[in-house]
Amino acid sequence: MKLNERSVAHYATCDSPPDKTGFLFKKGERNTAYHRRWLILKGNMLFYFEERESREPIGVIVLEGCTVELCESAEEFAFAIKFDCAKARVYKMAAENQAAMESWVKALSRASFDYMRLVVRELERQLEEIQEGAAGLQGRSKSSKKAGGVARSKSGASFSASHVPSTQVTGAALAQGSAHARSLQEEVQLPSGTSKENGVAWSKPSALVNGGASLESPVSPGTGCFSKLHDWYGKEVAELRVEWLQKHSSLSLFNLCLMIFLPNLSLTVI
Amino acid sequence: MRFNEKELISLSRQPSERAAELGMRGPKKGDVVKRRLVKLVVNFLFYFRTDEEEPQGALLLEQCRVEREDSLAFSITFLDEAERKYLFECDSQEQCQEWIDSIIKASYEFMRKNLIFYRTEIHRLTGKDPLEQYGIEDETRFQVTSGLQLMPKDI
Repeated sequence: MKLNERSVAHYATCDSPPDKTGFLFKKGERNTAYHRRWLILKGNMLFYFEERESREPIGVIVLEGCTVELCESAEEFAFAIKFDCAKARVYKMAAENQAAMESWVKALSRASFDYMRLVVRELERQLEEIQEGAAGLQGRSKSSKKAGGVARSKSGASFSASHVPSTQVTGAALAQGSAHARSLQEEVQLPSGTSKENGVAWSKPSALVNGGASLESPVSPGTGCFSKLHDWYGKEVAELRVEWLQKHSSLSLFNLCLMIFLPNLSLTVI
Repeated sequence: MRFNEKELISLSRQPSERAAELGMRGPKKGDVVKRRLVKLVVNFLFYFRTDEEEPQGALLLEQCRVEREDSLAFSITFLDEAERKYLFECDSQEQCQEWIDSIIKASYEFMRKNLIFYRTEIHRLTGKDPLEQYGIEDETRFQVTSGLQLMPKDI
């Protein structure tokens, strides 16, 4: 299968900031030795380089759909990236210390596009709720403005100012927020014929707003509600933790805490 | 550059955001338009020869530009190779616009920017960081600050 490899490699080294970088030992594809590699995690792609200074990656692991597992192995601080498809390769990695291992496991298990999408949708929903609340307030303050407006024509601006209800002030602040968001939404509707670029400068907080349009993609069952999903992950991990504890009598408290909020984290003895 | 092909092929079988048979022309001189089943899954655009199970190819949709070419066609160009265009021909203007909109939203980086916007906005409006309740407020991928500072433990 073809892949736009040159552009994918460019994504690794272009100036969009990576999510994580560092050295890891990676078990070789053909021979079983561990090789020290420089890793760059960006989005759902894990690139590995021979050296930190290397211009091009040796390869990339597309992380979508993977699970990250802690594993017991001859190698210390080892973990594995696994996939759910037939004949999938297991990517075994080892970090240089406990902290690095935990940091990588955490970052990798949250690297999927699906996870990012879930978080975005949740925040989008929250923002909509806040804006709807504001709109409600704005509606009320609008009608009181109208009443004030009639009076204003008689006695001038100072009359309406002294009669401003307190809800209008907060409503205006929130409404300003939602109006700001609305104008950004309008900005996104570029006329046809112009191009839209993704991957532009990272530092601009005034992002292209989604315009309220919801992505149509079917999310896997049971994951429509983020907080439910989060609870579900928590439950699943808690069950795994119980299993793990039954197999191993001692386990550091830190590892227990680590397991609690990581999606896609499971525990195996290899 | 090596990549995990089996897993990527498996990804191409996942539920897609959008899929349709479109005319597709590659970026090389002499490439002609061919009918392909085009499927958008997360930030990948897969294309299949009709009636084939495995995709002929995949395009990672990061660092790319989507442009309307004419009423029925759009193109994808990658920023590192701006002269090379992948052209797609649709059956209607509406379908063409829908594909453009979907592809723009299909990039991880685009989602990240949205997330940062929502996070900042919610924080501004409510005084609360919406990610705190999920314990993910310190994740580097969700940070508002520009650029990533290398942490000592990264080394």
